[in-house]
Amino acid sequence: MEKGIIQLTGIGKSFKVAERTAGLRQAAKALFVRKHRIVEALKDISFTVNEGEIVGYIGPNGAGKSTTIKVMSGILVPDGGTCSIMGYTPWKERTDYVRHIGVVFGQRSQLWWDVPVIDSFELLRDIYRIPDEMYRENLAVLTEMLALADLLGVPVRQLSLGQRMRCEIAASLLHSPKILFLDEPTIGLDAVSKLAVRSFIRRINQERGVTVILTTHDMSDIEALADRILMIGKGTLLYDGSLEELRSRFGTGRTITADYREYVGEPVDIPGATRLQWSTERAVYSFDTESVVLADVIAQLSGSVELLDISVDSKDIDEMIVQLYEEHQI
Amino acid sequence: MSLYFRYLNIQLKSQLQYRASFLLLSIGQFFIPFMVFGGLYFMFERFGQLEGWSFFEVTLCFAVIHLSFSLSECFARGFDAFSSLVASGDFDRLLVRPRGTVVQVLGSKFEFTRIGRLLQSTIVLIWSIANLPQVWSFPKAITLFFMVFNGVMIFTGIFILAATFCFWTIQAIEIANVFTDGGREMAQYPLTIYEKWVTRFFTFIVPFGCVTYLPLMYLLDKEEGSWVTGMLVPFGGLLFLLPCLLVWRIGVRHYRSTGS
Repeated sequence: MEKGIIQLTGIGKSFKVAERTAGLRQAAKALFVRKHRIVEALKDISFTVNEGEIVGYIGPNGAGKSTTIKVMSGILVPDGGTCSIMGYTPWKERTDYVRHIGVVFGQRSQLWWDVPVIDSFELLRDIYRIPDEMYRENLAVLTEMLALADLLGVPVRQLSLGQRMRCEIAASLLHSPKILFLDEPTIGLDAVSKLAVRSFIRRINQERGVTVILTTHDMSDIEALADRILMIGKGTLLYDGSLEELRSRFGTGRTITADYREYVGEPVDIPGATRLQWSTERAVYSFDTESVVLADVIAQLSGSVELLDISVDSKDIDEMIVQLYEEHQI
Repeated sequence: MSLYFRYLNIQLKSQLQYRASFLLLSIGQFFIPFMVFGGLYFMFERFGQLEGWSFFEVTLCFAVIHLSFSLSECFARGFDAFSSLVASGDFDRLLVRPRGTVVQVLGSKFEFTRIGRLLQSTIVLIWSIANLPQVWSFPKAITLFFMVFNGVMIFTGIFILAATFCFWTIQAIEIANVFTDGGREMAQYPLTIYEKWVTRFFTFIVPFGCVTYLPLMYLLDKEEGSWVTGMLVPFGGLLFLLPCLLVWRIGVRHYRSTGS
């Protein structure tokens, strides 16, 4: 197997958290005696990401997503384990390493609030020591791809959230990073901006071969972008695989909705399928593709009623994720 | 260093976006030390002198300390306001950039409104020197420059120390003001007027004495001595900065292992 661009082995991290109890007396007491609790944020996390992949990193709040991103971007030093990204150990060779990565924290800005966007970009050019040629080229390409031309002269504080996010992403790519970490890039965005951000992430991944690690709570992001899902819960890695695999594991359930010409006979029973709804014009059944074939279901229905329309839905990804959470009791 | 000036440039642009508030704050900063200076003036009006120091000798001391203070509040404000950087999590952002943390924190904030205070101190400085002819020589001018420069180093050092504590406490701790504001108030007078232990503390621990009292002895011909010592003693301020930077590194390491 080829060596991945990102390799984590046995990464662990625990935090000491001060216990807080309600009440003024307790708070006063806490000034002098503090009880600490050790919280294991990450337990033995190992995975490999290959160059050019888009990986969706998901999990409920507080599962350890941000901690992992912080370890991978060199902010945090883990308690144990090894991490090799492009040959660097992020927390050891911080300044050399971060030159090759771009990081977008969806909830925090990296642009300077009161000045036009272009000024922020130029300062970033100096911070990253981007050669003039490369800067001009990247700026031109990003401006075109993200439609920034009208935004560059506007102070950041006057931008809408969607506009700002486009600028944030452009800012994190000015130095041509090989890896892009996106922490909730679509949080709070409207539908149009969301789609624009998504299609852009796809494009830089395909055209420039940028490896993307993406955390999100929006499963449609994952559906639209990720080739692969890593799911973390309570600090342990619970799932590592493609979306298709996840589908085939949980997504064998289907619901079928049938509309037909008015039918006053007895409700139709289909072996292997459960009837959820029945009326004289519409029926809904659920069934599992492992126990009964779709064609049989349709055949049995059309044998009894005169079908007008039919639609088949598989379980959506949100439900699958919830089911996965439940399975692991997180 | 050039990056520092880039930061300076962008922050100046930002601050000038709010012109009215910039002007008002600057004017306010111009008048704040006037109160202190007024106190000084009326005290001399009443007593004539302070332990053998004349009015203008003391105002020179006052001007050096206030110049240093306003310069460091303007240019090292990033450390002074560091708690907000930690609390908001923006310090993480600095860590994913390929530059040292010190220059980035320095560049995170400048307080240009201190120009008011700076102007006031400069006026006091010029007025003092105009009335102290014994200071009019080239090596003494250089010494004066070194005094202010190293004074800035001391205040910056204290700001850095205070900022480092934020890694543990998240919130800014007021205790640091004992040394910044308190140190400023103490050191604006010649240190001989205080108790021995106070003088020692402000000479060897937080070396304000190195940038005011000791070189002033040379500047005002109060003590026979070579000009070399007068000129070198202020660098105690720079010396003070070094352990502060070391402590800062420890703080950053702590932050990166606890993430808090």
